[in-house]
Amino acid sequence: MANGPAPLISFVDVSKHYGEGETRVDALRGVSFTVAAGEVVGLRGPSGSGKTTVLNIVGCILAPSSGELRLAGEPVFSEGRWRRSDLRGLRLATIGFIFQFHNLLPFLTSTDNVALVLRLAGESAGTAKRRAHELLAYLDVGHRRNAFPAQLSGGEAQRVAIARALANRPRIILADEPTAALDSQRAQVVMDLLRRVAVEQQAAIVVVTHDDKIVNRFDRVLELRDGLLI
Amino acid sequence: MNLAIRDIRHNLGRFLLTCLGLSLLLAIVLSMLGIYRGLVAESLTLARAPAVDLWVVETNTRGPFAEASRLPGDVREAVARVAGVTEAGSLTFQSVETETTAGKLRLYVVGFEPGRPGGPAAIVEGRAIAQSRYEVVIDRSAGVAVGERIRLGRREFRVVGLTARQVSSGGDPVAFITLRDSQKLQFELAPPAARRELARGGSEATSDIVNAVVARVSPDVPVAAVADGVRRWKHLAVLTQEEQETVLSRSVIERARRQIGLFTSLLLIVSTVIIALIVYTLTIDKTREIATLKLIGAPDRVIVGLIMQQALAMGAIGFAFGVAFILAAKDGFPRRVVVESPDVLALGAAVVLVCILASSLGVRLALKVDPATALAG
Repeated sequence: MANGPAPLISFVDVSKHYGEGETRVDALRGVSFTVAAGEVVGLRGPSGSGKTTVLNIVGCILAPSSGELRLAGEPVFSEGRWRRSDLRGLRLATIGFIFQFHNLLPFLTSTDNVALVLRLAGESAGTAKRRAHELLAYLDVGHRRNAFPAQLSGGEAQRVAIARALANRPRIILADEPTAALDSQRAQVVMDLLRRVAVEQQAAIVVVTHDDKIVNRFDRVLELRDGLLI
Repeated sequence: MNLAIRDIRHNLGRFLLTCLGLSLLLAIVLSMLGIYRGLVAESLTLARAPAVDLWVVETNTRGPFAEASRLPGDVREAVARVAGVTEAGSLTFQSVETETTAGKLRLYVVGFEPGRPGGPAAIVEGRAIAQSRYEVVIDRSAGVAVGERIRLGRREFRVVGLTARQVSSGGDPVAFITLRDSQKLQFELAPPAARRELARGGSEATSDIVNAVVARVSPDVPVAAVADGVRRWKHLAVLTQEEQETVLSRSVIERARRQIGLFTSLLLIVSTVIIALIVYTLTIDKTREIATLKLIGAPDRVIVGLIMQQALAMGAIGFAFGVAFILAAKDGFPRRVVVESPDVLALGAAVVLVCILASSLGVRLALKVDPATALAG
């Protein structure tokens, strides 16, 4: 764990189960970890180990059964309930998501996909467009700013998706298998980018991955098995 | 940033094709309304053609259009002498089927007295009837030309003039002939039948029967007062022009009105279901995008706006295409289609309501989409 100020993600004794009685499935069992600013943490484990559940809980789209979640120092879940009512607002302001299959909106250009997040946050059209162009240039896809997702290569689309995730300067970035659809070379480029973002923007980054070729690119790797950290 | 417009622009071909399908449906709805308005207009055309104030018919009837009415021919003289009446004319009405070079032709024959009220409103080609016998002015929808000869009953008539949009409530072209010709057409027996009638000692019955007498009233005299005066004669009934039009629009075409109204309602329900299914399918297609929007923090109003604006755009474009289609095609219908602005506006308002109603299913689905779907592989 990195030394420094309060962690940006604080996941304390979190459990999550589905169903009750004989049908009860424990997805997470008292999992605790923290991620500090500037850290890139990998989250690994076999299918069904609870990786996606961790990501969903940190992303505030799934409520834990028990435990506590703090994001950027703010208590978000504790005592069995969400402490904030506008979880979408929290996500918009604090969390950036990167998906396995980029999930860009197919009817928006690269610029508009990035600018959309800024427009949702209340930025003017001009500011949003300017910032989108800056980000696309920063991620070396500035020349593809007017292209639609279907016109982009896998690597370009993933970089546009990263630009979208960075648009609001989130303190936390959650990436779900961001290199799974990429070849080895492009996977390294994406990891380089995430590392650069973590350092330059002092963001906490959690990457769920099965990809062995990038496992040495993390500050730490959390291994999950049967809902437990090992 | 309007997501609905961006999505439409991105899938413009598919969207326009959907709108085109919807427009055909809405064009049918509008054509049904137009057909109904056409029915009313056609029925009233014949009643309005003489431009009269009073219709004198057989007592206890609402003739001559709603039911049969028979009056002695001399009623016209009696009506003409009523104070306030400026002009009066006798009319007969009958349906006749004849043959032309183009095939069978069904006509609604009006017998009138030239120079008196009841003749064709306007002649668009040729001239008015000038001879007392065997001339006919006919509506151009019959497809006959000036100078042609057509057979009515046992006589041949020469077409001397054409009218426009003079048809009966059944859609048959109206043919105007003289009263004398029409009475012969209606009552003259065929020679064998006449011979038989004479042989059994009968005498030729009077043929001076008319179906209605129409009258124009001086502008200085209240029409109702004149009507009340005529009503005092027990053997006659009187309808004002307004009453005659009410009888036609309320009674004669009432069933058609209800039938078309029911069909139009059914079509609107079908349109609602189709729009709902289209919007629902479009929403299902966008499940992942909606989940992504939710995940990145888009509020519900953005997602609802995306779906509802597309539904409204679809309705608006479909409606515009539909109106354009029916305006272009209305003259090709076998019967008159009258597209009136209030009907178009009412249908437009109905389409807006239908779109809002129909999109509620898609909105409901969208609001239920789990943002975690975006993270699923």
